[in-house]
Amino acid sequence: MSIVINVTGLEKTYAGGFCALKGVDLAVRKGEIFALLGPNGAGKTTLISIICGIVTPSAGTVTVAGFDHITDYRAARNAIGLVPQELHTDAFESVLSTVRFSRGLFGKAPDEPFIEKLLRDLSLWEKRKANIMELSGGMKRRVMIAKALSHEPDILFLDEPSAGVDVELRRDMWAMVRGLRERGVTIVLTTHYIEEAEEMADRVGVISNGEVIVVDETSALMKKLGRKTLTLTLSGAIDALPSELAQWPLTLQGDGFEIAYEFDANAEDTGVPRLLKRLDELGLGFKDLRTDQSSLEDIFVGLVSDRGAS
Amino acid sequence: MIKNPRGILAIYKFEMARFKRTVWTSLIMPVITTALYFVVFGSAIGSRMSEVSGVEYGAFIVPGLMMLTMFTESISNASFGIYMPKWTGTIYELLSAPISALETVIAYVGAAATKSIIIALIILLTANLFVDVQIAHPVLMALFLVLFAFTFCLFGFIIGIWAKSFEQLQVIPMLVVYPLTFLGGAFYSLDMLPPAWRTVTYFNPVAYLISGFRWTFFGTSDIAVTISIGAVLLFLTACLGTVFWVFRTGYRLKT
Repeated sequence: MSIVINVTGLEKTYAGGFCALKGVDLAVRKGEIFALLGPNGAGKTTLISIICGIVTPSAGTVTVAGFDHITDYRAARNAIGLVPQELHTDAFESVLSTVRFSRGLFGKAPDEPFIEKLLRDLSLWEKRKANIMELSGGMKRRVMIAKALSHEPDILFLDEPSAGVDVELRRDMWAMVRGLRERGVTIVLTTHYIEEAEEMADRVGVISNGEVIVVDETSALMKKLGRKTLTLTLSGAIDALPSELAQWPLTLQGDGFEIAYEFDANAEDTGVPRLLKRLDELGLGFKDLRTDQSSLEDIFVGLVSDRGAS
Repeated sequence: MIKNPRGILAIYKFEMARFKRTVWTSLIMPVITTALYFVVFGSAIGSRMSEVSGVEYGAFIVPGLMMLTMFTESISNASFGIYMPKWTGTIYELLSAPISALETVIAYVGAAATKSIIIALIILLTANLFVDVQIAHPVLMALFLVLFAFTFCLFGFIIGIWAKSFEQLQVIPMLVVYPLTFLGGAFYSLDMLPPAWRTVTYFNPVAYLISGFRWTFFGTSDIAVTISIGAVLLFLTACLGTVFWVFRTGYRLKT
């Protein structure tokens, strides 16, 4: 698969001395949905902003569709549509005129049928004559997406698209993202809603403290780092975990009725059979048990803390 | 050099639409201020004054009044035009668009200058209701008008980029432009000043602009017209230089 965005050795130190990116290398493939995951202040927005030309990098190079994002900025930026995190809109403009403006700004000839279809797809057509300031937050988000798509970009950046968005809009938005991918548009998103990255993304890049820690297929990342949690519901509550169980990292929860054990599902020795045997020897009866696949969020938290520890 | 004319047009139309929303205040304000100036300076004071430099006082103040209004309107419109996207955050779109610095400046400054020229012409028309204003050199007058409008708008554009608050947006027009214009002979001839003050006035750059502009109307001026043209071009060059430095370094636009 060909690479559509190539980032090498990207560094950014802000004027105040804060180092937001510490040498990021990243390659986004054509036609994929790529999720950038990381806590607040990890450098996700800085990375996106540099690629789109809003922030000047301190070092490193970026190519978009083969064009350098600084020396060949027109060609690079023509390929990109950006939906920023904050709802930055002109209060007094109508929906239709602001979308037309965006298309013109990117040097595209007016195309009313295209704009109409775009607004209809985003359920904005009825509101096309409304002033943006009259719209709800969710509607404003749709307007920003319409602006970003108005020049028919090959790559769409969505910075925290789910922030402050209701369930219905989120569903619509993900349906739209899938539709765009079917048409060959590459999508790069950042999100805190990890279930969505898990559900939506083909590949995930985890970023923390200005570094990309890991990039992998979403399913492979899940498998490689998949941890499971075994939860045992006890027959009777206990006050504390018996010292005989100290070798397992257990937590007591549910008012003393539940023991949770987190383990690596891919390990040679998961420790589960020995734990169950020991519980039997101690006479601790349980009436139910279940195992849960840990979410990407857990994986991510694990990755970050592992890096912190090492 | 210009590769995105549609982008320029989009910004230009956006800015003109912004002016259209406030069209009545934009157009009525200069008419009312002009009328007020004529009541105060033209009738009340002017009636006690003889001619200035061989020109009726009411007519004499017209070029100065046009320039004063153009100066303040240009700065206010051009600075607001670029300050608002910074303030609301919509600047992200401009910065991520395939549009060059030159194209951006042409669009914003062009739109603001268009409005300034319209306002200056309205003042001229309004003034004609009160006094008979003759224009000795109409072509040069138009040239000066356009040069002034673009130069002042560029200056305003720079202020809009520099400003970090609405207060800073107002500070330069109030503290620098108004005093310099008033003291630059907008409403009097430099001959009317005592010699000491006349010397001080020669350090006021705006005096050169007003004098040159007045020359295109009446054919007489305090300062040689070539010096005035030189002063305008110098101011224009300084503004252009600053704007290109701003875009090259990303000063207060990019982090």
